[in-house]
Amino acid sequence: MESTTDIEFEVNGKRVRLAVSPREHLADVLRQRCGLTGTHLGCEHGVCGACTVRVDGAAIRGCLILAVQADGAQVRTIEGEGNDPVMQALQQAFIERNALQCGYCTPGFLLTAAELLELDPDPSRESIREYLSGNICRCTGYQAIVDAVELAARRLRGEAGTDASVP
Amino acid sequence: MSSAPANRDGTDLRARAIGQSTVRAEARRFVTGAGAYVDDLPAHRLLHAAFLRSPVAHGTIVKLDLAPALRMEGVVAAYDGEALAPHCQPVRGLLAHLADMQAALQWPLARDRVRWVGEPVALVIAESRALAEDAAQAIAFEWAELPPLVDPRLALEPDAPRLHAELDSNLMFAATVATANVEQAFAQAGTVVELAMRTERVTAMALEPRGLLAQWDAAQHRLTVHMGTQVPWMMQAVFAGVLGIGCDQVRVVAADTGGSFGSKIHCYGDESAVAVAAKRLGRPVRYVADRLEAFVSDVHARGHEAVVRAAVDADGRLTAFEVDDLCGAGPFSIYPRGSVNESRHVLGLTGACYRATEYRARIRVAMQTMAIYGQYRGVGHPLACLFTEAAVDAAARQLGIDPLAFRRRNLVPDDAYPHRAPSGARFERLSLCACLDELARLMGYDRLRADQRERAADHERGAHQGVYRGIGLAVFVENSNHSSANYGRGGAPIASRDGAMVRLTQGGGIQCAVGLTDSGQGVTTAMAQIAADAVGASIVDIRVFMGDTEHTPVSGGNWGSRGTGISGEALWQAGIALRAQLVAAAAALHACSPDALELVDGTFLRRDDRACVCTLQALADAIYFRPERFPRGFQPEPAAQRHYAQTEYDGIYTNGASASWVEVDTRTGFIKVLGHWIVDDCGTVINPLLLDEQLRGAAVQGIGQALFEGCLYGNQGELRNATLADYLVPMAAEMPDIHVGHVTTPTATSALGAKGGAEAGITGALASVVNAINDALAPLGAQVLELPVTPERVLRAIGAIHDPAP
Amino acid sequence: MKPAPFVYVRAASVEHALEVLAEHGDDALVLAGGQSLVPMLNLRLVQPAVVLDINALHGLATIESHTAGGLRLGALVRHREIAVDPLVAACAPLLRAAAPWIAHPAVRHRGTLGGSLALGDPAAEWPACAVALDATIRLASRTGGERCVAAESFFHGLYRSDRRGDELLVGCDLAQASHDSVFSFRELARRHGDYAAVGLAVSACGRPGAWRTLRLVFFGIGDTPIRATACGEALAAGAGLAEARAQLEAELEPRADLWFSAQAKRHLAVHLLREAWRDLGHPDTGE
Repeated sequence: MESTTDIEFEVNGKRVRLAVSPREHLADVLRQRCGLTGTHLGCEHGVCGACTVRVDGAAIRGCLILAVQADGAQVRTIEGEGNDPVMQALQQAFIERNALQCGYCTPGFLLTAAELLELDPDPSRESIREYLSGNICRCTGYQAIVDAVELAARRLRGEAGTDASVP
Repeated sequence: MSSAPANRDGTDLRARAIGQSTVRAEARRFVTGAGAYVDDLPAHRLLHAAFLRSPVAHGTIVKLDLAPALRMEGVVAAYDGEALAPHCQPVRGLLAHLADMQAALQWPLARDRVRWVGEPVALVIAESRALAEDAAQAIAFEWAELPPLVDPRLALEPDAPRLHAELDSNLMFAATVATANVEQAFAQAGTVVELAMRTERVTAMALEPRGLLAQWDAAQHRLTVHMGTQVPWMMQAVFAGVLGIGCDQVRVVAADTGGSFGSKIHCYGDESAVAVAAKRLGRPVRYVADRLEAFVSDVHARGHEAVVRAAVDADGRLTAFEVDDLCGAGPFSIYPRGSVNESRHVLGLTGACYRATEYRARIRVAMQTMAIYGQYRGVGHPLACLFTEAAVDAAARQLGIDPLAFRRRNLVPDDAYPHRAPSGARFERLSLCACLDELARLMGYDRLRADQRERAADHERGAHQGVYRGIGLAVFVENSNHSSANYGRGGAPIASRDGAMVRLTQGGGIQCAVGLTDSGQGVTTAMAQIAADAVGASIVDIRVFMGDTEHTPVSGGNWGSRGTGISGEALWQAGIALRAQLVAAAAALHACSPDALELVDGTFLRRDDRACVCTLQALADAIYFRPERFPRGFQPEPAAQRHYAQTEYDGIYTNGASASWVEVDTRTGFIKVLGHWIVDDCGTVINPLLLDEQLRGAAVQGIGQALFEGCLYGNQGELRNATLADYLVPMAAEMPDIHVGHVTTPTATSALGAKGGAEAGITGALASVVNAINDALAPLGAQVLELPVTPERVLRAIGAIHDPAP
Repeated sequence: MKPAPFVYVRAASVEHALEVLAEHGDDALVLAGGQSLVPMLNLRLVQPAVVLDINALHGLATIESHTAGGLRLGALVRHREIAVDPLVAACAPLLRAAAPWIAHPAVRHRGTLGGSLALGDPAAEWPACAVALDATIRLASRTGGERCVAAESFFHGLYRSDRRGDELLVGCDLAQASHDSVFSFRELARRHGDYAAVGLAVSACGRPGAWRTLRLVFFGIGDTPIRATACGEALAAGAGLAEARAQLEAELEPRADLWFSAQAKRHLAVHLLREAWRDLGHPDTGE
């Protein structure tokens, strides 16, 4: 049998202890062992961003970190962000602006966008495009995503209440 | 023909939910990570599959020893082509109605010979994917190399090695069309332009790779497959055929599907092999292609070489088009759609938007040792548009006529329908000129031309050296609402008649079952909007259920921009029928005439005083729990089902126009898209919010093909860029904002009047981007006619580098 | 796409890491940021017996001034830290300028300076910057203690370097920028965050026409970062752009990649030279 290593980490605020195989990357362990299937695998070589999760606060590729490396870390996935005001604003804006189609890339975009808005509450369209340039969306034209991040940022800054205008 | 239903007071029933930018209720699942794609589905005693795939393009299998794999930890079974063959049937991707088409039998796993890099050779089933991969790596596989056939031209040489012993050549398909006076038209033309164009193969690259979860129920002798698919009903027939069991012994359920774009509408050998293994093993088996496998095993598309010509008379009128197209379509014709429709669209639609009456076309589809080939969003339409529009721009340039004015002069006028193109393609009703006019307005055509002239003047003064801007236009048609002409008539098990069932639930809601699937387009919401208006219910009370062969009526599936137009019409008709049944029931319950009542937003109103008689909830309560309240002998009918097929045309063409505004840095060859515009006419618009971003997404895929994407093959038939780091898909930073406009010409073939909108964005994008680049390069006397238009190709076109290409 | 099995060792100390490397040599691969190694593991392009994780060696994650007044960067310093660190901005502005060009934020959060240098991808930013800044790369081994190698002699060939299998790259040292240091960083990539089609890192001291030192290092064109020595010497000696360009064209032998031929790369290298010429404060000759 393949040897395993015991790890203990915090996933969405809960302590989790698991015996993992060293070769399992974090995204697989979250999906298969923690049942958190909102973290998606689009390429498993670090290009598409669908597996983006936050480890100790930083948005990173879930497929490019071994689960054993997350020992002791705080991990947050899309499922754990429901009460975060930045994420809530982004989720609502993504729905309103139709910033998703198949939804496969969406958790990765949301987690990356949340990090952006924490660093820069008033990003330009250009800097939104740049910050999100490591995430592939194959369905939308990216424009609705940029619109949605802009809208969420405006709302978080307390501007532009509902903004009924639709692109 | 039917017409749009109207209330007795003449108000159009379509005026409520239809046409609204309703947000997708289902989107909340996706933004919270609650989507359920095939890899997310739970299953007990689940097994995992991995494949050994051919590392060579062409070879004879010399040794294939599964024993080392079977000895590995966690391995449950392993199969090669021979082991699987007794338990399955091969397929042949032949469309019987196409004369002169030939295609070879294809087994799920290679037997005797491998014919492309990535062809599945052996299947390992193990307790985890990692263990299955370990075992696949341990299989002893030896082969004797055969000469690869990469260049389709060489594959068609008489002395080329034959790819299949059972076929007498490597020609999969050829067809020609010619009008009587085409020779004369070219001979008499004042101007003839000729362009040799080439497009690199691309692939859909849906972000969720293909996958399935197959389970065999031995007790009931039934296969259940959950999969990411656009076509559950077609896959039911495919799996039944592969397993040699009855259609009704197969259930296919479309899981949430992470994009498809034509890649998830085929019979893939690996998927078939997994279904066979699941039946043999009696345990559920999941297979999800990884990204490397996706690149070499998903269908590729759009790899063509074409010589296109256009003739213009002395008055600047286009008189003739000609296209000679060659496509290399892989070793097998993909089952059941075949790998030749792309070329058939090139033949049918090149030049078809223009008044030119003379036309000649030849298409040839060669078999070669490259990845299997098939449909990708828009199929051949973007190529027909590219070839045509590049030639139109070249002619306008040669004549010194503004390309917008040249198109206005030559397009088929909007009042000339129905129209038959010289190729034989029939158009019900198009709005080419109206779309072009709207496009020119939307983009500010004159302003951009002025900007371009200012830039040219700046160049004279020494500013902006080396940076050129260009405008590209494209006018296009795109088939939707297909009849059986492409598939059913060729024997492919792909329905062109879709059904919809609508019923009143015991809770007073409206439940719709539609055979269609939703791969993210939002058709679930579009269907709810249609049902709301058809029935007269509030959209919040509508539930739409789709994509399960066990619980929905038949559907051809979502492809070819057909979902809303065909399934939507079936749903519309079912909803109208249910509405009448519910009004009759409410009238019976309240002892009045059905004519005296109408159903609005879930409430039955008396027509005369608009008083509320009862609600859908109250009616449901009476129907299900208090049947004695109805008059004796009256049986209310709370469900209706209708089917619809479009049979008047081969397809109902949509049309539109797109424009690109680009900047070419001739110092580096790098290209920046500054702006992109689309005007689309897809008939009745159900939901502008969803449609517009679909158009944008499709346009981005088109810009991707124009500038970035390409499957780069080496001369041994190896795919050199089968990773997402090397196959360049467009990302947010490089894409422009895309502006969308609409012209609305409902089809008269349905009450709803909807045509498709899913492919329009990509259809014009290739051409408008390429035309814009060549407009920018025109002052240098250069043009690029190969896609993608890479910096390398720009630098060569302008003579900045000379040496032979690598 | 799952890695082949391997033994995972989390280094508890540098000494521990060096012991593991001494024992396993090339059969062990060092896991730092993992942004290149983990994809290679997933793709099974590498199947090491041992993966040695050095992420717990916090002593290697520091940026500090070193005794000679320069900058000492630990191998585990992440790309993002280089991008935002004030000491880096002050002492090595070239690194600050280059950092945003590395991939995307999620990769910059994890990827490390040491990992990038040790891998030596010829299209990556840090190896070129290290050569341009005449950095000293510090290597440690159980038997040999610590040794220093000039970056310019560190990169031997495609993914080959002076690092022996039993050595750990522990960091790199940079000299303090002088009052008249200038730099230029230019990169051409098809998409934002992609590896460079061609890039150029330049570090110079002096002034146009009278450079005391001038190091031009191209990346994305060969098997290693490529220092354009003749071109640099010509510029230092006061040559004009035309002459520098001629020198460059004569000395560069670019290697084609998937999307660019050698000729195109040479053309683009000349373009970047022109841009760098301006960045360094030379007069715009309109060439």
